[in-house]
Amino acid sequence: MTERIKRLINKEDDCCQDTIKPGAGTLHKIEVFTDKNKFSLGLAAAALLIALPFILGDQYLLTVIVKIGAYAILAMGLNILTGYTGLVSLGHAGFVAIGAYTASLLSVRLGADFFTATLAGMVVAGLVGVVLGLPTLKVTGTYLSIITLGFGEIIKMIAMNWATVTNGTLGVKNIPKPSLFGFDMTVGNFGMYYLMLALVIITAVFCLMVVKSKTGRAFQAIRADEMASTMMGINITAYKILAFVISACICALGGSLYATVIGYIDPNTFNFDVSTLILSIVILGGMGTIRGMFVGAAILIAFPEVSRFLMEYRFVLYGVILVIMMRFRPQGILGWKSTLPYKLNKRVREEIEKTEAKETAGD
Amino acid sequence: MLIQQVFNGLALGMGYALIAVGYSLVFGILRLVNFSHGSIYAFGAEMAMVFIGFRFGIIPGIIAAMILTGVLGICIDKVALEPLRKKKSMPIASLITTIGISNIVTQLLIVFLGSEKRNFPALFDFGSVQIGHIAVSSTQIMMCVVSLILMTVLVLIVYKTKIGLAMRAGEQNSRAACMMGINVNFVISFTFFLAGVSATIAGVLVGSYYQIVYPNMGYMAGLKAFAAAVLGGIGSLPGALLGGLIVGVSESMAATFLGSTYRDSIAFIILIIVLIVRPHGLFGRKGITKV
Amino acid sequence: MIDVAKEVLLEVKNITKRFGGIVAVDHVSVTVNRGEVVSIIGPNGAGKTTVFNMLTGVYEVDEGTIRFKGEEIQNKKPKHIVEAGISRTFQNIRLFSDLRVIENVLIGAHIKTDYNFFQSVFRTKKFRDVEDEKTVEAIRLLKSIGLDHRRDDYASNLPYGDQRKLEITRAIATGAELILLDEPAAGMNPQESAELMAFIRHLKNEGYTILMIEHDMSVVMNISDKIYVIDHGKPIAEGLPIEIANNPKVIEAYLGGVHNDA
Repeated sequence: MTERIKRLINKEDDCCQDTIKPGAGTLHKIEVFTDKNKFSLGLAAAALLIALPFILGDQYLLTVIVKIGAYAILAMGLNILTGYTGLVSLGHAGFVAIGAYTASLLSVRLGADFFTATLAGMVVAGLVGVVLGLPTLKVTGTYLSIITLGFGEIIKMIAMNWATVTNGTLGVKNIPKPSLFGFDMTVGNFGMYYLMLALVIITAVFCLMVVKSKTGRAFQAIRADEMASTMMGINITAYKILAFVISACICALGGSLYATVIGYIDPNTFNFDVSTLILSIVILGGMGTIRGMFVGAAILIAFPEVSRFLMEYRFVLYGVILVIMMRFRPQGILGWKSTLPYKLNKRVREEIEKTEAKETAGD
Repeated sequence: MLIQQVFNGLALGMGYALIAVGYSLVFGILRLVNFSHGSIYAFGAEMAMVFIGFRFGIIPGIIAAMILTGVLGICIDKVALEPLRKKKSMPIASLITTIGISNIVTQLLIVFLGSEKRNFPALFDFGSVQIGHIAVSSTQIMMCVVSLILMTVLVLIVYKTKIGLAMRAGEQNSRAACMMGINVNFVISFTFFLAGVSATIAGVLVGSYYQIVYPNMGYMAGLKAFAAAVLGGIGSLPGALLGGLIVGVSESMAATFLGSTYRDSIAFIILIIVLIVRPHGLFGRKGITKV
Repeated sequence: MIDVAKEVLLEVKNITKRFGGIVAVDHVSVTVNRGEVVSIIGPNGAGKTTVFNMLTGVYEVDEGTIRFKGEEIQNKKPKHIVEAGISRTFQNIRLFSDLRVIENVLIGAHIKTDYNFFQSVFRTKKFRDVEDEKTVEAIRLLKSIGLDHRRDDYASNLPYGDQRKLEITRAIATGAELILLDEPAAGMNPQESAELMAFIRHLKNEGYTILMIEHDMSVVMNISDKIYVIDHGKPIAEGLPIEIANNPKVIEAYLGGVHNDA
């Protein structure tokens, strides 16, 4: 009898084990250090980023870096939806395609400049984002992911079959390079790199502004507990749709950039593998963090390039990386929760001190 | 023409149904969309081809491929997914893991066998039957017959055997099943084995229908079979069959009447419409929200 | 029994909820005056949480009316009910566990945080003013509750009693005048429930009105101004704690209920 109970208990241990949390001591030290030297570190990073093309001076390397930037934008877009709001999308290539196609077609056929065309692409993607967000009224969890998967495939189908506009399976060729005040930006003259840098920074700042506001808090509340969020008066559906729209717009921006860097797109440029690649970047880097998107994009985009010596095995290794990461660091490489105190600005601190002073005086 | 296409679609749909079963079984017990299942299907088909090539008989070759693929399913679970369950990781970690596995399996197939399409023997080609204007090939009949037999066997396993009872118990509440002394991990391994076996059978049938196999064959077929599984109500075996048939018939219709570029997407359009109208698929159960 | 001079805050009349053929709540009426602590008790499965779910708009009301500050609110969306001034906690604590304590409170203040999306993206003056004001309010609220030393912690790292407190704080932060507590003492040891009782008294003194569901009789009897008893969805008694304690029907429902359940 006791033996049986013992066995049962052991079995329970076997399938119901608890997680072990590693200590956060070193992390805290690093965070405090970065926070203290925020200004000098930022300056060093800025100097490095500006000087980078001159240091490298290599076309091929720069193209890879611009691609990394484009994917970082895509990842930041998906991160709003998946990382912050907790809705897993398996069809974000669809939004990338909408952005890339709208922008490229406008510039190839109507001669629109890059910035106008990109903006148009973002608007179209945003509108489609509303439509894709609508099912969140009824459908949740895995089923929503499945709808997004279907969405990605349908966009691909439209790109293939609406040949009069999209040129069908032949794709769009000779996508013009962006130009600003008569200056054509190419990889060769570093223009493309600085354009990418500017767009990445704008996107990152935008995401940061959204996340550090009631919108971002509502997103995270929905991710944590939908019922409780409803009871806080948060309009769940509206915020989910908003997350879809923001995410779609950012991905369209990334798509437009990608198209002009590569110069050629066809329906298969945006298949399911692209959706999973973006999702893998988000998860590898650390869901719900902005810093993680850069690291995730850098690793997954640079990996096939730097591992050419592994030849055909390198694609096997890509899968191995994903599996190992999920096993040993599922929160992503940079996916930690901050150990620093919640940031209060000066005005709030003063206000609090004032009340405290009043209270002590009153006592 | 129309009826001919319906029949072609039904045969194709049986193939999808067999792949869809794999998604359904695993989702039922783990609430996990196993994205590696498409690559398992391709693996099964490729292995069948390799073993048949060894010339120790077609049937033994297929059986060897079934067992090997089933074992591959178990290995995937033991190596990659079980540790995640033990750590109680987020569901998305398992999802990404299966995407990674899918990559590994497909790429290894490419490394060892090459990425090109290779001829698969037409195993069941004994001519075709003419009924009125409809030509039905023996391969199509074989696909339907084998699929229906396999479906029946699976239903019998799930509803009439002790391990099937354990599977259903695990599906309802794996923790409680664990407490009742059911070896949940064994049940899960068994589920992966079944999924691998039915994927191999699907691979052999579809491979001999089109007479080609290639490492990437599981990519689109996997996605469409997955759509079929969800369409019918994931976790339900009759649902997988119905979903597979709907996907097969609509695909064959779309290819004929709309053009071949529509064939791959029609499944997803139907899927989205069904999910919006019935969020848990045609045969799926609805959960009750508790506060 | 009911003090006429007091302002009626919540008036629930004959609400009924059916699930298929089962009547989960059968013509239940509850009146809560401003500043009171009112309890609903009853055996397990009596339909108490269903009443809460109807009050907060989670379930539709099949029959009857709910008036809050004189206005009918039955079958309104949860968002509108929160805006009207009713907020709740849950039987099994539902915090935003991977967020910080102060973020939980700020999410509670969501509907009162009245800047729009573009104002937050461009960090306008309006945004900064509202955000700072809400942050200060949240910190003050945490101080008054006695949770300020935990402000930067993640909600999941709090001890159980503090998690309950935080959940109540979050409900208060919505600006609610009526706070619904669903079994606040569930899973607490006697010391923790004693602390909780003191905390609820403190809230009452601060002027909050509380309607709660509770099993812990020591908590209910000590702090309630009025008690409603329901069993099998039907109201069986109402009155002061002392009246309820001696009501033969209530005693039977509880003892009989225990007997049936076992």
